Amino acid sequence: MSKIILQVEDLRTSFFTRKGEVKAVDGVSFHVHEGETFGIVGESGCGKTVTGLSIIRLLPEPAGRIVGGKIILEGTNLLELSKKEMRAIRGRMISMILQDPMTSLNPVYTIGDQIAESVRLHQGLPENGVEQEVISALRLVKIPSPEMILRQHPFELSGGMRQRVVGAIAMSCHPHLLIADEPTTALDATIQAQYLALFKEVQQKTNVAIIFITHDFGVVANMCHRVGVMYAGKIVETATTRKLFKAPKHPYTTALINSVPRLDRKDNRLYSIEGQPPSMMNLPPGCRFFPRCSVALEVCGEQEPPEMEIGNGHSISCWRVK
Amino acid sequence: MAGESPVSELQKKMDNTKVNTTAKVNGNIHRVRITMQLTFIIPVVVLALLVLVAIFAPLIAPHPPAKTSLPHRLLPPFFIDGGSPTYLLGTDRVGRDILSRVFYGARISLSISLIVIFITSSIGTILGIVAGYLGGRTDTVLMRVTDVSLAIPQIFIALLLAVVLGPSFKTVVLAISILGWAPYSRLIRGEVLKLREADFIAQARIIGSSSLRIMIKHIFPNVVNPLIVIATMSVGLVILMESVLSYLGAGIPPTTPSWGSMVSDGKNLIDRAWWISFFPGLAIGLVVLSGNFLGDWIRDKLDPRLRQL
Repeated sequence: MSKIILQVEDLRTSFFTRKGEVKAVDGVSFHVHEGETFGIVGESGCGKTVTGLSIIRLLPEPAGRIVGGKIILEGTNLLELSKKEMRAIRGRMISMILQDPMTSLNPVYTIGDQIAESVRLHQGLPENGVEQEVISALRLVKIPSPEMILRQHPFELSGGMRQRVVGAIAMSCHPHLLIADEPTTALDATIQAQYLALFKEVQQKTNVAIIFITHDFGVVANMCHRVGVMYAGKIVETATTRKLFKAPKHPYTTALINSVPRLDRKDNRLYSIEGQPPSMMNLPPGCRFFPRCSVALEVCGEQEPPEMEIGNGHSISCWRVK
Repeated sequence: MAGESPVSELQKKMDNTKVNTTAKVNGNIHRVRITMQLTFIIPVVVLALLVLVAIFAPLIAPHPPAKTSLPHRLLPPFFIDGGSPTYLLGTDRVGRDILSRVFYGARISLSISLIVIFITSSIGTILGIVAGYLGGRTDTVLMRVTDVSLAIPQIFIALLLAVVLGPSFKTVVLAISILGWAPYSRLIRGEVLKLREADFIAQARIIGSSSLRIMIKHIFPNVVNPLIVIATMSVGLVILMESVLSYLGAGIPPTTPSWGSMVSDGKNLIDRAWWISFFPGLAIGLVVLSGNFLGDWIRDKLDPRLRQL
């Protein structure tokens, strides 16, 4: 197996509000290999995005704080770095793509200027070298005639093109880890497919490790090598994508996969999970999924299940498995 | 055939309506363009003329501004009986030429407003961006200072300064600037609060930009529009303020002609020699109006909803 780029251990991130502490991420552990795409799936509000923001350390301060755990990027614990050291890591080692391409670019600068900013910040190149880097970044995301595009302003480009430019900015300094936070949600279906194919191609060329945050199982099946399913601030099941779809072990994963509408089955009714996710302010004492679980045991309501390894990198937090 | 005709008729009607509406809209656009151009051209011409007058005052003024001539005191403008073509706009109590003094006064009024606007907009923009972007305690402190500055009457501070420092050009600039930055910082902060949440600011942080860099490179260019608008609008306000201070005797010392002090000069003779106050007053009014119109025009021009037209 190739080397591990990122290792997250027992990450805990909380938001401190007037009403109290909200444990948005509550003990998340996973790792990502070089050249691998790790998917984080879950419902809205389960802590996917906060996990991503915690890794790149851009939580909305001062409300959001990492209260525990380790984020180890190629041997360095990011949580021990100063702000200045972290700035040097951002863009160069870790980069991130945000959801909405319409607002991710500064309206007053040309495309070329915006990509060049990242290059200048991290690579100390002479001016003509910067331009070369900008063009090669645009080529990497397959933008046609980059020499022309780099003189245009964001408003002159379509949503799909803008999201490619955002990708070019993210990849411009050859980061080792890319966090993509629902990068295709704002795009329509055909552009989405193109964009995902582009991701794969970029990964093959650069061997970048990708954390892919999404709520779309179709995208997961298409993109990810391994997946972590998140529920109420915890990863409840981690497995290779193939295994997760073939033999999901956690009742929540099963329920989620069942709720995806499918064309190859004749069910008339769409399956849905009963109830609501728990409030992150006061979590139930046992398993977080217990109130909605259809196969719960008695112990589930009393004690939180530990994370258990069941072989081949498949781990799960559920009493049923024991 | 019978089934088709009502449909095609309807189609025709709809087409007609469409043509009509576009024609109407086009007419409106045309009118809007012309009025927008007039509200741009007139103030620009007026301000440009005044700037030229200010620069070339020594060349075009018919008399030295401070030269008194007692035989020619209180002469009316040339178009009134008893007026003289050597003193086109008449003379004041001690026989100084009003026209020359208005020309020279443009130098004071315009230079003061330029300097003051430069100082106040710089301070206001910096404080507004810092408060808006950093937020938290910095924001609270800076905004309370702004509130206090807005609450203190400017005239009061100016009179105080005039007493302490003595009336001079510097005193006037200081007196207007010392509180004048507050409206800028408040407006800019509001803009920055909106911008701060924008994804492109997050994007800038993702690529590793520092806060200082983000404020200068990413926030500032996006607040230039509202900044230009209020800066233009305040040209008039600053000139008025200078006039008020000079009128009250806290402004420019009387030997240097300024529009405000000229108005003040003529106030006791307003019933017998109205021209002493009227012409400098007219100049003030022109600049104030031009500044406001120009500001309005720029604001409309920069408004993306109107830009489409």
